[in-house]
Amino acid sequence: MAGHDRSSDSEKQQRKIKSVRKMKEIMTNYYIEAKSAGQNNRKVAWITSGGPVEPLIAMDVIPVYPENHGAMIGASKMGPDLCEKSEIMGYSSDLCSYARTDIACGPIDGGPIGGLPRPDMLVCCNNICGTVLKWYEVQARYYGVPLFILDTPFCHERLSTEAIKYVSSQIQEYIVFLEKHCGKKFDYDKMEDVGRLSLEAQRLWQAVLDTTVNRPAPMSAFDAFFHLALIVTLRGTRIAVDYYRQLLDEMNQRVDRGISAVPNEKYRLLWDNLPIWFRTRWLSEKFSAHDACLVADTYTTAWCRSLKYIDPSDFIRSMAESYSMIYLNIGVDQMADMIIEMIDKYDVDGFVMHSNRSCKPYSLGQYDIRRIIQEKTGIPVLMIEADMVDSRSFSESQIETRIDAFMEVLKVNE
Amino acid sequence: MTIVREFFDIANDPAGYAEKWKVKHDGAVVGYLCSYIPEEIIVAAGALPFRILGSGSTISLADSHLQAYSCSLVRGALEDALAGRLDFLSGTVFPHTCDSIQRLSDIWRLNTRYKFHIDLVMPVKLQAKSAAVYMQSVVDQFKNELAQALNVGISEENLRQAVYTCNRIRKNLRKLYKIQKMTPDRLSSIELHAVLMAAMVMDRNELDKKLSVLVKATGLPNMDCTSVGKRILLGGSVCTRSEIYRVLEESGGRIVGDDFCTGDRNIQGDVDTTGDMIEAVSRRYMTRIVCPAKHSGLLSRGEYLVSIARENKVQGVILLYLKFCDPHLFDYPYIKAMLDKENIPCMLYELEEGPWSGGQFKTRCEAFMEMI
Repeated sequence: MAGHDRSSDSEKQQRKIKSVRKMKEIMTNYYIEAKSAGQNNRKVAWITSGGPVEPLIAMDVIPVYPENHGAMIGASKMGPDLCEKSEIMGYSSDLCSYARTDIACGPIDGGPIGGLPRPDMLVCCNNICGTVLKWYEVQARYYGVPLFILDTPFCHERLSTEAIKYVSSQIQEYIVFLEKHCGKKFDYDKMEDVGRLSLEAQRLWQAVLDTTVNRPAPMSAFDAFFHLALIVTLRGTRIAVDYYRQLLDEMNQRVDRGISAVPNEKYRLLWDNLPIWFRTRWLSEKFSAHDACLVADTYTTAWCRSLKYIDPSDFIRSMAESYSMIYLNIGVDQMADMIIEMIDKYDVDGFVMHSNRSCKPYSLGQYDIRRIIQEKTGIPVLMIEADMVDSRSFSESQIETRIDAFMEVLKVNE
Repeated sequence: MTIVREFFDIANDPAGYAEKWKVKHDGAVVGYLCSYIPEEIIVAAGALPFRILGSGSTISLADSHLQAYSCSLVRGALEDALAGRLDFLSGTVFPHTCDSIQRLSDIWRLNTRYKFHIDLVMPVKLQAKSAAVYMQSVVDQFKNELAQALNVGISEENLRQAVYTCNRIRKNLRKLYKIQKMTPDRLSSIELHAVLMAAMVMDRNELDKKLSVLVKATGLPNMDCTSVGKRILLGGSVCTRSEIYRVLEESGGRIVGDDFCTGDRNIQGDVDTTGDMIEAVSRRYMTRIVCPAKHSGLLSRGEYLVSIARENKVQGVILLYLKFCDPHLFDYPYIKAMLDKENIPCMLYELEEGPWSGGQFKTRCEAFMEMI
């Protein structure tokens, strides 16, 4: 028995992704740097996850992501308490739980890191939702700091030339905004370097995610949820490039050595929507117990989907298109097409959709996507009703039963 | 008044009116989902602009497409379309509004079979010069797309005439608001509500004529009117239920204004009749009282509500929000704080889907009236 325990322990150790430690170190340093920005005469800008961070990096402004904050709040299971606090402030419990919990942290320095560093400016890009506009308005009123809005017209079927022109003009307005609030000229040469690093990081992140085309997959979507942080927060820096290169090397080594994320990978699944941050481990173990690996997801790929629109020789110019054409800013049928491509690419057996009551642009339309996927691919689809942060909307026993039933269908189909 | 009866008939059965209109005029009915539609363009094309608000029927078909956490407007509209209650439409136009209507547009396009589907992806931030340029291109593009879809030409003169008509309509509706506010015995809030509901689906030329008659019939506002009741301002997005007015008045309130996009917000601001018509039309939609799904400053909505509350010397504000309406619900805490600062009491009531049960609303209203 003791021998068996030792071997399963060592197998477990082997399965652990070593880069995790480095990632934690980078994120800790990043938050320390951001929290001490004022002492070092550096500016802090809060920015939405789909927003153009590269000009901030070029201006030496520290970008801080309230959505990443929301994810941390969810993962540290502080959601319900902060949601209740926001409800006392007057925010309806039907609103986005990232926004609610982040807003609740402000006045009390609440949350897992004692509140985000105070912003000097806010940059809001509505390519991910209209909610961020309202959320950033709330924060601009609360902190009394300037707000820049990058308005990226929604592309139901196509992006018009006029829309591209509109976004391009706003990129120029954004640069003027930064020059004004940073008190210095925009450094176009530095921007070129930042653009190159951003592109490189996105390519590396895509390559990392692509390692899961291998059978067994060296990592799962649950790992991707964790390693995603840098492509969101430090895109455009050397740190992100170096880290993803290291992670890619590790993944390639795992592929060579046959080390898998799930011990006996038999079923390969695709995940849709944001993670259920407060239950990632539970879900990961649940699927793993069924020999199922979530090999890919529609969420973490969002930060490298625009690669084809980026012009390496003129990053600034191509930003209008690359920031407008992101996953959540396109029509439901285009989303379904992308999902079908992923099902094919990652050789997926089943599709798990998180109907996330916090995120309407991601969730409304999922029923139609489900129908399209079933009609075009025939793979089984599971819909889980939950929320990314507010665990009060999570019914464990019901979801467990549904996962078990879904896995039974997959096993019968085999 | 007989003429008011006609508005009630249309408000009670907008689809029936549109069907008859279509047969009589052999014309096209163009459905739209939001008050940001430049309806002047549809009128200039000789078509009937028809605001889709949901008939309030039980949701069953829409459940296969929309989660229960979508608002009743979005679910109700889709239900009507899927159940064939909007089969008289030639096509639909979706101005960019909120996340829910944005996704409804996709779902609608994939699941309905009208002749055309147009997305009007307007700017969301309204102060920037670049947004004004873009807005103009969107409106111009809409004119071209609609002309093509309906196979008609829309000349500058057509557009100018439509602008004149829509401006007169808005002006007369504003007069009616004044009459209802000052002299509710001549035009009650329920009557005005019926006129406003009908005005969003009626043939605009017919509406223009009927409103002139109605304005004359109601006469000038009576400055000496001493109507009883506590002066209440209503706020929110859409208000399709006339029962709300009845309950409010029975509870001791007197409605002196609103901020609904089916009401006052829809009729504020005229289109300049000089210069280029597309530019003039675009300007109205850039500058009219803003919807919370758009941005025109951090305090614009709150300041506007406070100003109309002050102007009308209101004793209380009742905010009627649709459940799951994110843009309005995000604004509530700051708007409430601004009203509190002015010592204006405020009550929030969330309108839920399904058959109206006035009981709870009545209790809340009575308690509120007692408090103020």
